[in-house]
Amino acid sequence: MANIRKPGVDAVLVGFGWTGAIMGMELTAAGLKVLALERGENRDTQPDFAYPRITDELSYGIRGKLFQNLSRETVTIRHTPADVAVPYRQLASFLPGDGVGGAGVHWNGHHWRPLPSDLRIRSTYEERYGRKFIPEGMTIQDFGVSYEELEPHFDQFEKICGTSGKAGNIGGKIQPGGNPFEGARANEFPLPPLASVNSAKLFEKAARELGYHPFPQAAANASRAYTNPHGAQLGPCNFCGFCERYGCYMYSKASPQTTLLPVLMKRPNFELRTRSHVLRVNMSPDGKRATGVTYVDAEGNEVEQPADLVVLCAYQLHNVRLLMLSNIGKRYDPATGEGVVGRNYAYQLNGGASLFFDKEQPMNPFVGAGASGTVIDDFDGDNFDHGPLGFVGGATINSINTGGRPIQQMSLPPGAPAWGAGWKKAVKENYLYMASVGSQGSVMAYRDNYLDLDPTYKDVHGQPLLRMTFDWKDNDLAMTQFIGTKVEQIARAMGPKQLKMNFQKAGAHYDVRYYQSTHNTGGAPMGTDPKTSAVNRFLQVWDVPNVFVMGASAFPQNFGYNPTGMVGALAYWSAKAIREQYLKNPGALA
Amino acid sequence: MSARRVYGGIAAAVVFLCAGAWAVAQKADAPAAAASASAPASASTPVAMATGAAAPAASTDPVLEHGRYLARAGDCVSCHTAPGKPAFGGGLPMKTPFGTIVSTNITPDTEAGIGAYTEAEFARALREGVARDGHRLYPAMPYPSFARVNDEDMHALFVFFRNGVQPVAQKPPATDLPWPFSMRGLMIGWNWIYLDKGVYQSDSARSAEWNRGAYLVQGLGHCGDCHTPRSMLGGVKAANDRKGDAFLSGAVIDGWYAQPLRHTDRPTMAQWPAEEIVQYLQTGRTSHTAAFGAMVDVVQNSTQHLSTQDLQAVSAYLKSLGATEGAPAAASPASLVAAAPKHPVALALRNGTVEGNSGAMVYLNNCNACHRSDGTGADKTFPALAGNSVVNAKDPTSLIRLVLAGSAMPATSKAPSPIAMPDFGWRLSDADVASVLSFARSSWGNRGEAVTADQVAKVRDTVKPAKNP
Repeated sequence: MANIRKPGVDAVLVGFGWTGAIMGMELTAAGLKVLALERGENRDTQPDFAYPRITDELSYGIRGKLFQNLSRETVTIRHTPADVAVPYRQLASFLPGDGVGGAGVHWNGHHWRPLPSDLRIRSTYEERYGRKFIPEGMTIQDFGVSYEELEPHFDQFEKICGTSGKAGNIGGKIQPGGNPFEGARANEFPLPPLASVNSAKLFEKAARELGYHPFPQAAANASRAYTNPHGAQLGPCNFCGFCERYGCYMYSKASPQTTLLPVLMKRPNFELRTRSHVLRVNMSPDGKRATGVTYVDAEGNEVEQPADLVVLCAYQLHNVRLLMLSNIGKRYDPATGEGVVGRNYAYQLNGGASLFFDKEQPMNPFVGAGASGTVIDDFDGDNFDHGPLGFVGGATINSINTGGRPIQQMSLPPGAPAWGAGWKKAVKENYLYMASVGSQGSVMAYRDNYLDLDPTYKDVHGQPLLRMTFDWKDNDLAMTQFIGTKVEQIARAMGPKQLKMNFQKAGAHYDVRYYQSTHNTGGAPMGTDPKTSAVNRFLQVWDVPNVFVMGASAFPQNFGYNPTGMVGALAYWSAKAIREQYLKNPGALA
Repeated sequence: MSARRVYGGIAAAVVFLCAGAWAVAQKADAPAAAASASAPASASTPVAMATGAAAPAASTDPVLEHGRYLARAGDCVSCHTAPGKPAFGGGLPMKTPFGTIVSTNITPDTEAGIGAYTEAEFARALREGVARDGHRLYPAMPYPSFARVNDEDMHALFVFFRNGVQPVAQKPPATDLPWPFSMRGLMIGWNWIYLDKGVYQSDSARSAEWNRGAYLVQGLGHCGDCHTPRSMLGGVKAANDRKGDAFLSGAVIDGWYAQPLRHTDRPTMAQWPAEEIVQYLQTGRTSHTAAFGAMVDVVQNSTQHLSTQDLQAVSAYLKSLGATEGAPAAASPASLVAAAPKHPVALALRNGTVEGNSGAMVYLNNCNACHRSDGTGADKTFPALAGNSVVNAKDPTSLIRLVLAGSAMPATSKAPSPIAMPDFGWRLSDADVASVLSFARSSWGNRGEAVTADQVAKVRDTVKPAKNP
């Protein structure tokens, strides 16, 4: 294991998914010599996502061919600080990505902007409901950046992705057919919405008749052939039903590969090294500057890579762990509530209903796209009066049909046999007639939901695993119970012959054994106060001005929406600050 | 192949007797060029024009830059560079019916390359196929086409190759054709028949644009060297538009069918609007089709770098070839695409009424996702099959090869996405490929002949096997 020292670069990017690709584009455009280090393999549409090999549910959907190999590195999980954390050994609750493109390859493509109130949640609730409304121990915070400041970057990222949708508020004017609750946007979406499938049409009708405001889900699945501002091309989504967990063979899912890499990989001042696993950020003796990173290459050598600027783009979990392993920032201690790295870990609390129709109403679930469907935002964020309800947060409610895959997406009515001839009969009778209504809910930040390093378990490089201390809290369970009543109301109005509800009950504990969401957030929250945030509003580490940390690790709590739209916009926002301010005058930006 | 060699041998003997000067032309070991004064070191930094890599820094010498542009037009780099090796260093093997020819090092290195050449020797090599030491070049080097290049352009090319290219010290392996083709002196006789000397002469009856297009196509573009069928002796059957309809009428070369670049009785590119031809050459794709296979390098390394004006000239010239007034034109690609959605085949595929029709079933299972039931594909992304010149081509070699091995579009500065069609050779039998291609060639108004499993098998033999799934 020779020690190697590489020639220095201007900027090193740790991880090469969405934020790595965005940062790569922006920093090379500024003339920097940029190096991206990706622990996983190189991946591209051709050959890795080519039809028909990619539409293999067993390899990709069940065995998780595109995901992190948990036997090499995982996280340990426990509910409370009093428990002992044990390793997450099977891909279930969340699905960490790997390889070039990261989760940008295998996401569904739900593309949201947060509400303006989401970014100033504490201020909003204190103003509207009073300080006492927010319970003790709920450590929610404002983001430190406003929706209005980010608006051009939300717009920018949507154009890069060719997002298909219908605007609800352009310049303050409410648009019919869109989300009336959304923050004002300057422009319409770059592509019209995806076509509506049968289940979505039923949902739309039912929701509208109940007085809600349904609109098409904004989808980073192109509704038609598209060329983005960089000249990169997307094909039209053909509703193949193999979106989440899979790479897209149609070039229609927005990913780093389809939207940015055709241009970035050709820039002479950009280099990518794959199979390069970063162990730590190296620091100057006084701990005030990063000098670069150390990584393990494909042959197992430890390599020192000097750099003037270090940007962590390695996904929420790994970014937080890297800060800890590099001794950057003060470690959070739940006992005292002090410290910043590891605090405010949050997640997503979902629930849903399975609907079964009779033969007059085929749903054709195999006609699926990652973000095809209809949504209502009426019970999300602060779009409704929380006063009488007594909880903070909310959820989107939707009918999204991502596919009808045989292993994971064949839902059966209550009472159907789980195996054998009876099961086959039930599948035959119900497959074409099943639909779902779902909800995706916010999770607040709490004093004792946090991340740190495990004292016992290590990865293949001998480094301690990240430890996740997390459980559902009463507030969020109350939210999901409330949402469940609305989901049931809409689902019944859709007229199914049978209905199966699935919502967490009061007192439920976080169960990692089934898939829920890969929206892990927090651990390196952004903010305006170095006592309660690890990075400033430009995602720059407070203590170390030449380290920036991208990703949902910056969220001080999680809102009801999918995080990628915010993650992309924050990367553009941070890149702009680096290009226009930091490079001219390296130092603290806030 | 062996019959060809017999004929070739007889022809060679005839030429040998007629020429009688072959001994003179035998390659003598070139004396070390070190003694002769090589060209003075240039003021500008020699920069490698690497294939598809970083754009080299422009020099301040406009003649050199013009030479760089012309070298792109001639696409010297595609043949004279081996994969992964430095630009213009040679070493690329090219399969011909006469054996494998390996390209030479044309960097300014005086030992391994052409650094010792004077300008006159450089021009003689390009126009007449005679090297500095007198040995004959094989016409895999398209000197019969480059004979059209005028003096001003030849000078600029020389300046570029002397001062604008990074020297490479490695000499690639020598070409070693089997006897009798190893006798380079045979080229003297071959040149009698196939080498027309003299730079391009304008046709005063035609526009300046047409003449510019003719100059580029016949000369540096050397399109005919792939797109014109050749005789058994290996010479093109027509070197320009005045020499006959065979010019750019389509030819099989190195396992591909180079499509016709003129009007024929089938849908061809000559029917595309001029802007689409320009777009194809500049970006490797149009609304309805895309470059693939051997044209990927041509677009990436050559035509994407040409000016819009030059590409318009090329387009005007090609569109004039074989255009006859009054004769029924083949249905234009655009008209077939427009009519495709209502075609009975489109309706049958959409409704799934394809039982018993094996080609349609293979199409549904493999092709329909991207190329769609109406065969119109997706704008600039997935080529339309309706009216497609490749799908309708008389010779289906390229079409078969595309299905077996797949291809990616060129990555160009104006259109950077290398949209790829995957390979299906691992999944489809020869019979499957034959039936789906026969289906595509007779659907949506297409009028191509059926494809046989035998034809597929022959092409499969020429294709490197794809990775196992």
